[in-house]
Parts: sequence; structure tokens; C-alpha cells
Amino acid sequence: MAGLTKSSVVYDARGLVEPDPEPPMTAEIDGDRAVIDATELTTRKINLELKRIVYDEGVNDVTIVNPGSKHSLGVGILKRCRITFEGSPGWYACGLIDGPEVQINGRVGWALGENMMSGSIVVEGPAGSLTGAALRGGDIVVKGNVGARTGIDQKGGTIITLGKAGINTGFMMQRGRQIICGDANDGLGDSMYDGFIYVGGRIASLGVDCVPAEMDESDHEFINRKFEIYDLGTPPELQKFECGKVLHNYDALEPSERKLVL
Amino acid sequence: MCGLAGIIHRDGPSDLGTEITTMLQSMKHRGPDSTGYALYGQPDDLIVVRFVLAEPREYGGFGVEERLERSRAEVESRLAKIGAEVATITSPTGYAFRATIRYEGDLKPLADYLEDIPGCKVLSLGNSLEIIKDLGDAATVLEQYSLAGLTGTHAIGHVRMATESDVDLASAHPYWAYPFADVAVVHNGQLTNYHQWRRRLERLGHRFQSECDSEIIAVYLAEKLEGGVPLETAMKTSLDDFDGVFTYLVATDSELGIAKDEMAAKPLVLFESDDLVAMASEEIAIRALVGREVETRDPYEREVLTWQV
Repeated sequence: MAGLTKSSVVYDARGLVEPDPEPPMTAEIDGDRAVIDATELTTRKINLELKRIVYDEGVNDVTIVNPGSKHSLGVGILKRCRITFEGSPGWYACGLIDGPEVQINGRVGWALGENMMSGSIVVEGPAGSLTGAALRGGDIVVKGNVGARTGIDQKGGTIITLGKAGINTGFMMQRGRQIICGDANDGLGDSMYDGFIYVGGRIASLGVDCVPAEMDESDHEFINRKFEIYDLGTPPELQKFECGKVLHNYDALEPSERKLVL
Repeated sequence: MCGLAGIIHRDGPSDLGTEITTMLQSMKHRGPDSTGYALYGQPDDLIVVRFVLAEPREYGGFGVEERLERSRAEVESRLAKIGAEVATITSPTGYAFRATIRYEGDLKPLADYLEDIPGCKVLSLGNSLEIIKDLGDAATVLEQYSLAGLTGTHAIGHVRMATESDVDLASAHPYWAYPFADVAVVHNGQLTNYHQWRRRLERLGHRFQSECDSEIIAVYLAEKLEGGVPLETAMKTSLDDFDGVFTYLVATDSELGIAKDEMAAKPLVLFESDDLVAMASEEIAIRALVGREVETRDPYEREVLTWQV
């Protein structure tokens, strides 16, 4: 477009000036494996380097050391690969990914795997609030506790929590499944539209329109399969919850039937 | 969106000024409008009074320096009249002052008497507490007030992104829990029943320096402490009395506490070791302080925690 010039200054996600949008080229690559030391790198530089080695160098097993909780790390990777964080990646880690298998050896902050489409994320420690927000597909496994509103607006996929879950977990959940082995705090599944939540521990209170349901064979098969995949041992005794379908204006008719009625 | 930070050194005094600046500066993205500190030094026989005589934006205006000189003289005069002996009085900025005084009387009339001077706001009073706050980021305030090397046992701090009140010193955190010595609060969130509680507390004789909802917490806790309620209990009742979303830190000369609302809508991450307790809105601040990967955790909804210093 005539008259428009490309700005030479770009900004990283935290508003810090990053005048050089080139990857730092600091990864140590050994065949199809690589290590990125994030100590001296900004969020943008870490992500640029990660994308360079995964997309351009053909590396499919990346370890990021010293991530320093810098937020928004490992986002938007749309390729099958393995990414390991040695330490905490902070908030918004691995959002919008489609394919990677992510291992986090540490804890993680808010909104892990937001809008994730496929792949898996395994967290060895606890995770903060909003874990798996708007999750569309894939699996998130948290071996510690998760914070408030885990799986808010979840649209698919599975979130497995071995510890406790915070308030309003599954809020406005639309599809997918959550398996919570520990206790669930108040407002479980509040205003959910669809999907299933399984809880092994005590439930402080159910949210609006979240109701108990019967476990069937397919539930047991699904849960056992997931626990086997991630080597989580034997699942505990679980209670199942689903949407009571009285809160929202559910229409029992198919679109084609509705047209006939109208 | 604001950023909170707190530190307790269990192994004795440390360079709190530098440490909490490091934490706050790493969260500059959470609030660039103003930065504030409540630093707790070694208790002294002297009372430290931190006060301002003008807002920073007023400073440099026509005739302001003369007015400030008159106001400062009036402060010294009133301190003498009320029976306080001034040991030192300094000003790093021209509008913000630090005085050390010998005074045996009640702090409330002293604070009220000083604040009766036009433009005067007492930021803090206490034997170990010093509240320093100004516009700009933490590195700016550290340099402006020469805070590097200021030692103490514990501190809380705040970076502010102004949302519902002005960008000025009156709206900057921390808030001193007037008229209680050595009590300070920082807060992230919104209190939706602010006006209700302000009216209640004003009817009980408390005064407010700002229009900021966060000041309610400090005055509310002060009211409870005045009635003999322990700090932790007062914090627990605040969870039922305040509507809205909030995480706040409160410090006294011997305690530091955190409280999170029932929705857990505002973040806080906690690190605890044998010699250090550190807390911040974001983990990145704790990493900035300790310089290595450490085990941290998020306090849960309706969680109140206190530590003895």
C-alpha cells in the first residue's frame, strides 16, 4: 500500500520495546534436539527462537531452561513437537498451541493452555487460575492443584487435575471433560452449557444448573484410558456432573425441524 | 490492574529499598502511574513522620516554593506546640518530607493537627514504618527518594494503574491505617461497596485522604484494631464485609498478612523459605528477587495468611 511504511520498532507482549525482531540464534542444537537458555532473553526473543528451531531447523524436542516466569511462553506453536520447560513459564503459557506435547517441570501461573487446540500439556506442580480457559482440544494434566475458574468457557478437550480445584471451576463450560481427583470449591460447573465434570473429592457447592449424573461404562473407559496415557496410576472413585439444561434457553429441535415449525 | 509485592526477612534486616524495587520494577507493566513503599526499619525511640505539603504536579508552580516554605515552618511550629521535639526534617523532593520526632502523646491529634495545614497529608506515622510514594515507576521513585540501602525487616509495595481515581499521591498506595502507628495496606482490585463503607466509617469519626476505594481497607482495619480485634481476625471479617474483587497486603511492625476475596479474581503468588517470605501479584517479581527457580504457590479464594516478623 502506497504511503505506508513498515515500523522499525515492535513491542513485546508486555509493552517493552523490542527493536530487534530477529531470533537471538542462541539455542544449542544437537540433531533434532535443542536447548534454549532463557535467562537473558525476553518473552519475544524466547518465542522467536523456539519458532525458529521448530519450524526452520526441524528440531522436534526442545528444552527451555531458566524460563523465569516471563509469561506468554511457547504460544502459537502449530506443529507436532515436544517442548519441556525446566521451571515456571509464568502466565499464559502455551496458549493457542495446536500439536505440541508440553512438559512443565515446575509450577505454572494463570491461563495455561488458553485456547489450546490439540496436543498435551503436563504440569508437574500446581497451576494458577483460568487453567485451560476456552480450551478447544487436547489434554491438560496438572499434578498439583488448580486455581479458580479452571476450564472457564471450555469448548473441548480434557483437563485432569490430581489435586484440588478452585472456585467456579468449569464456569460456562460448553463441551469437553474435566477430571478433578481432589476437592472442588464452590460453584462447580456454574452456568455450564454442556460437557462433563468428574470429581473425586468433596464438593463445596455446585454452581447454577450443574447437576449430578450417572457414571456409565464409557465414562470409566475414557477416564482409565487417560490415566493410562499419562501414567497417573489408578483413578479414584469419581462422581459425575453435567448441565441440567434449565438455565439457558435450550431448544430440543434440530435446525431443520425448527424451520418447519416456524 | 495493579501490582503488589511483599517481603519478610526472617534472618534479620536487609536492603529492603533495593529488593522491593527490584520486585516492583519487574511488574511495571501492571501499573506505571505511581509506585509506593511501606518499609519497616529497626524500631526506634524516634517517631518517623512522612508527609507531603503538595502534589507533585503543583510543585514548580508560581509561588509554590514560598507556600511550601511557609507550610513547612507551620509544621515545625505545630509539632512544637503539641509537644513533639523535632530531631531531623529533610525533603528529597521539595514537596515530600521525612521528620523524626520525640513524642509521647496520642498520634491521632498530632496527625489531625498537621493535616489541618492546607495541602498537608500525613503519609505515615510510626516507630518503624515509612511510607514513600510518588508518581512514576519503581526505579524512578527509588532514585528520587534514595531508597537503595534502606534496611529493614519487612516491606510491602505497590505499582498502580489508575482506574477509578486520579493519578496523584492521594490515590497512590500504600495507605497508612490512620491513626495507628506502623500499619499500612496495599491493594489490587475494586471494592464495589466503597461508598457504603466510607459513610459508615466517617460516621464513626474516621477521615479519608482520597477518593480511592483501597483506602477503605486501611481505615476498616484500623477501626477493628482500635476495638482490640487481632489483625488476622479483622482480615477474615473483611472478606465478608467487602464486596468486589480484591487481594490486599497489610503490614504492622510485627506482622504481615495477605487476604484474597472469595472469587480469587486478583492474583498473588507466594514463596516461603526458612529465611525469606516473598509475595507478589506475579511470579516474575519473586524470580526477580531470588534470582532462581523456586517453589511457589497461589493462595486460594478466601485465604487469609499472616506471618510474625
